[in-house]
Amino acid sequence: MNEIDLWIMTGVIFTPAVFALLLLLPIFGKGREELMRYTALVGTFITLLLTILLFIDFLGMMDQFLPTGHVEKTHLGYRMDQAAVQDAEARKPYDRDLTARVRWIERFNIDYALGVDGISMALLLLTALLSFLALIASWNIEHNLKGYLILYLILETGMLGTFLALDFFLFYIFWEVMLLPMYFLIGIWGGPRREYAAIKFFLYTLLGSVFILIAILGFYFKDLTTFEEHLKNEMTQAKAAADAAQAGPNDPLRRQAEAAELEWKAVHALVAREKTSAEAPVNTFDIFLLHKLGRESSKLLARVDEAERNFAKALEATGTDAADEVRQAREAVDAARAAVEKNKDWLFSRDFQMVMFLLLFIGFAIKVPMVPFHTWLPDAHVEAPTPISMILAGVLLKMGGYGILRIAYPICPLAAYELAWYLGLFGVISIVYGAFAAMAQTDFKKLVAYSSVSHMGYVILGIAVWTTLDRSSFWSWGMNGAMYQMLAHGISSAGMFFMVGVIYDRAHHRDLNRFGGLNNAMPVYSALSAVIFFAALGLPGLCGFVGEFFTILGTWNFSMVFAVLAALTVVITAAYILWTLQRVYLGSNPAYEGYPDINARELLVAIPLVILAVVMGVYPSLILYWMEPSVTGLVRSLASIFGS
Amino acid sequence: MLPTINLAELQSSLIAFAPELVLCGGIIILLLLRMLPSLERVHLGYFSLFIVVAALVVSWIEWVNGEYDTRPVFAGMVTADALTVYMRLLLLGFTALVVVLTLLTNLPEREDSCDFHVLLLGGTLGMLLMCSATHLLMVYIAVEMASLPSYALAGFLKLRRQSSEAALKYVVYGGAASGVMLYGISLLAGRFGTGYLPEVAAGFAVAMQQGPVDAALLVGLLMIVIGLAFKLSAVPFHFWCPDVFEGAAAEVAGFLSVASKGAAVALTGRFTLALVGGLPNEWATYDMWQRVALYLGPTLALLAAITTTFGNLAAYAQTNLKRLLAYSTIAHAGYMLMALATLTREGLDAALFYLIAYLFMNLGAFAVVAFLRDLAGTEDLSGYSGMIQRAPVLTVTLAVFLLSLVGLPPLMGYMVKFQIFAALWKAYQDFNNIGLLVLLVIGLLNTVISLFYYVRVLKVMILDPAPGEAGPVRAPPGQIIFVTLLAAVVTVGIVAWDPLALHGSGRAVSQFRPIKPSGQPPTASAPAAAVTAR
Repeated sequence: MNEIDLWIMTGVIFTPAVFALLLLLPIFGKGREELMRYTALVGTFITLLLTILLFIDFLGMMDQFLPTGHVEKTHLGYRMDQAAVQDAEARKPYDRDLTARVRWIERFNIDYALGVDGISMALLLLTALLSFLALIASWNIEHNLKGYLILYLILETGMLGTFLALDFFLFYIFWEVMLLPMYFLIGIWGGPRREYAAIKFFLYTLLGSVFILIAILGFYFKDLTTFEEHLKNEMTQAKAAADAAQAGPNDPLRRQAEAAELEWKAVHALVAREKTSAEAPVNTFDIFLLHKLGRESSKLLARVDEAERNFAKALEATGTDAADEVRQAREAVDAARAAVEKNKDWLFSRDFQMVMFLLLFIGFAIKVPMVPFHTWLPDAHVEAPTPISMILAGVLLKMGGYGILRIAYPICPLAAYELAWYLGLFGVISIVYGAFAAMAQTDFKKLVAYSSVSHMGYVILGIAVWTTLDRSSFWSWGMNGAMYQMLAHGISSAGMFFMVGVIYDRAHHRDLNRFGGLNNAMPVYSALSAVIFFAALGLPGLCGFVGEFFTILGTWNFSMVFAVLAALTVVITAAYILWTLQRVYLGSNPAYEGYPDINARELLVAIPLVILAVVMGVYPSLILYWMEPSVTGLVRSLASIFGS
Repeated sequence: MLPTINLAELQSSLIAFAPELVLCGGIIILLLLRMLPSLERVHLGYFSLFIVVAALVVSWIEWVNGEYDTRPVFAGMVTADALTVYMRLLLLGFTALVVVLTLLTNLPEREDSCDFHVLLLGGTLGMLLMCSATHLLMVYIAVEMASLPSYALAGFLKLRRQSSEAALKYVVYGGAASGVMLYGISLLAGRFGTGYLPEVAAGFAVAMQQGPVDAALLVGLLMIVIGLAFKLSAVPFHFWCPDVFEGAAAEVAGFLSVASKGAAVALTGRFTLALVGGLPNEWATYDMWQRVALYLGPTLALLAAITTTFGNLAAYAQTNLKRLLAYSTIAHAGYMLMALATLTREGLDAALFYLIAYLFMNLGAFAVVAFLRDLAGTEDLSGYSGMIQRAPVLTVTLAVFLLSLVGLPPLMGYMVKFQIFAALWKAYQDFNNIGLLVLLVIGLLNTVISLFYYVRVLKVMILDPAPGEAGPVRAPPGQIIFVTLLAAVVTVGIVAWDPLALHGSGRAVSQFRPIKPSGQPPTASAPAAAVTAR
């Protein structure tokens, strides 16, 4: 258990919590406000450093495998399997594989399981950075400062933990830990309607969490005892296929066989660990084990479907049910059904997947938020204090997208596959509705809030555009686009909320129609704002463009109508953002003359965001290089379920 | 016909009964101490604490050494099995905490301390008997023995009208409920010629096998359930609860809300599991379970669903903090009943486990209410606005307790609720009973509903501004330490999940078998043969 990566990841999660405890010490009394601020800042800074350390480790691992063409070895599932096998064989664990698993609650087979891949690494970096910057933006919080900082730090622990947890139970706990600090942060330090907004946020998300909890229970009580046997059969078949083709060591068939063997060994080790007695069922919360269950279930069910199709085809072709090929086809159907029946202890049946997927998806979609579950967001964003709006838009919304990517899709692929069109539809509705709603706003913050609904719609759309394996590169574009869009939106929306906050601090109102001519008084501020707003607009060369472009590209091959609608909405987005820029910054308004320009502390927040917005727009490979293998790996594993 | 007992059995019975004996001795000494004029200036709370801790230590030794088994004690009137010892630990530990709480708030004045503590210990003794009773007659006596001191405790604030009214209401409802229960007991005992639970269960099994069920049996069963539901304050037998909690002192309300309900949960669990299980053949047990569950399962499930939902909805309208907590305890009794409604070992396990967290969070909440009552002079919610500025530690700890009552992770309330929901899902899956899934969903939705009123309290205390004239109030350090420790337990309790569940509640129910046997059922005639062979 002497694993360095376990300690780094634990450090990333719990450093903010430790600093929150530290703030409880009596030395942080009244009159020591500056000390408290710096202590909290140091806490978030150390967290950021640890995250970067983790990132460097992660890059090292990528560099080790990518040049040799062993992409699959960088996949988190593969590393988890490897770690499980090594644990079982009591070999010294490879302590730089960036996964960790420690037993936590034996009664329910709950592990303290953590791990990083490209998807979570990107979001972790975003979270740690935004938490640091938003704390600088919190410098002018005066009222009840200590409480604010403690809640803020607990919130950060919850966010980081959610992205690192690989045990569904642990994930849920971190997911819920975020609720309460958020409630108080909005409810105490928010605007005039803060109480309404806070309780609305709380209720929406708690309802979503309850849906997720039902799904957790549903998955947990599947009995895995016979799953191992099934995987063993699959492995034997894969090996036989590879042998028959006389595949060399680098042949895809051989690699598949090897991967199947590793999977079987890992599941064997995990099941053996949980098996207490011959009759006792084996249950799990392990997210990657659930991925395997979902994948194999969907494969078995897809085989039944395919056999039935073949049977119908054969029947049609021959016109009689006595012919040889019809009989063979019927036997194939029976065999496929028998396989489903034999594995029914652990199988996620079609209905089960549908129900569970909807529960999970709604739970996560509330957080994204996707129309029609978005109504909490404008209230929460508008009422929250500026730094909390930054965190909400920058990080919390990404939890939803992350949950869909990491949990809902891989665990219930069949349901996701069959519902793909509807999911895409809701994505498009979010995009269009959010854009038009944003256009109608007169409150600056509300406009930014609705633009978030619109931009997060691209994430849903990009994830939803399921294609078959041979065309999986299109889906892979969509999925990468969705991930990139999450990061870009994290930067641009946090930046926009901050810019609104800066002017609100000076003007004490947010009415778009009363602004104007800020460019004259605050040229630096206006220039920086313009960059951020253009990034949100999706101007080529800035971060927002890349994600949207990828998504639309992927969508084109899924549904042309969706792609056209999504692309056309960019025009609406341009319209409301340009109109906003015009109303706020251009022209002249004597009321705002003599306003001080952006100050040094504010620059400290704005500059990194602006730089990132530009760099991510100009040189996307900087991120895609290490993020794309994980995303594409996920896409390929999902797309391979339903044949070609 | 009452059983007889020989000397050797008496000896072993007395040993198994040791913690109760310690309490009995303590009560007698307490009463005698009052005669001594030289002790008039001594507060007897400390002595009572000593007695409870002594009994606790005896139980602890029994638990650690595994000195418990399912053998009958006192010829089958009671038993000292793992469930009993577990409940002894829980109840005695809880009583000790309550005594500490009363010392901190100085609830009984010095001259009243003897009466108060005799009543408190007497009630505890009755509740311990409820947890160990294996004979219907003993069940009745134990319920009465737990109730009578509770009535007096509820009216202990002698000069308050509300308090007396509460006590009277409690007596009237309690008397009626125990009358109904006694009638039900007489129906069962009269039908089978015995009140010994295993024999009653066997008789029930035969009766169930013989086709159309005797209506008298079902009525008797229902009446006993009503008596238990009264002690659990399950809707619609809950009317006493809000009034009593509002009228009684917060310390007493805290005691009743946990100890009385805990004992009722243990008794209900033992009674129902004894009724459905205990046949020698496991398939016969399963067969029996299915037959009894046909009647008892839906009854308990319905009771649980109504209790939880009603409790949570009614709590929303309350303005008095104690009344609000009263409805909250009703809702929590509903959650525990949900687990019991599965009629499985896992269900009882979850309910017993629930009690651990319920003990800390509910006692904590009532303790804060008691402290705030002394400091702010009111129990009305409106008097607590802006309390975060006036009494930050008390407010934050109350927030922890209330959020734990909601069941938010990572607090203890979540882990126990999770176990209940897990038990429900497992039972739903094992028996393919859609009703249990519906119950699970009702439980989860109730969690969301309950958020409203718990958070409303926090909203008033934390978000609302303090009235202008109110300055900070200063709680004594003892009180601060007390609630902080309780809140710490509630917060970090999740780390102790494993030992508590594996070595606590899991051990307590280890004597019961899982209901659904593994493998394939034998031929159809086998269960019937197994029952008649008995």
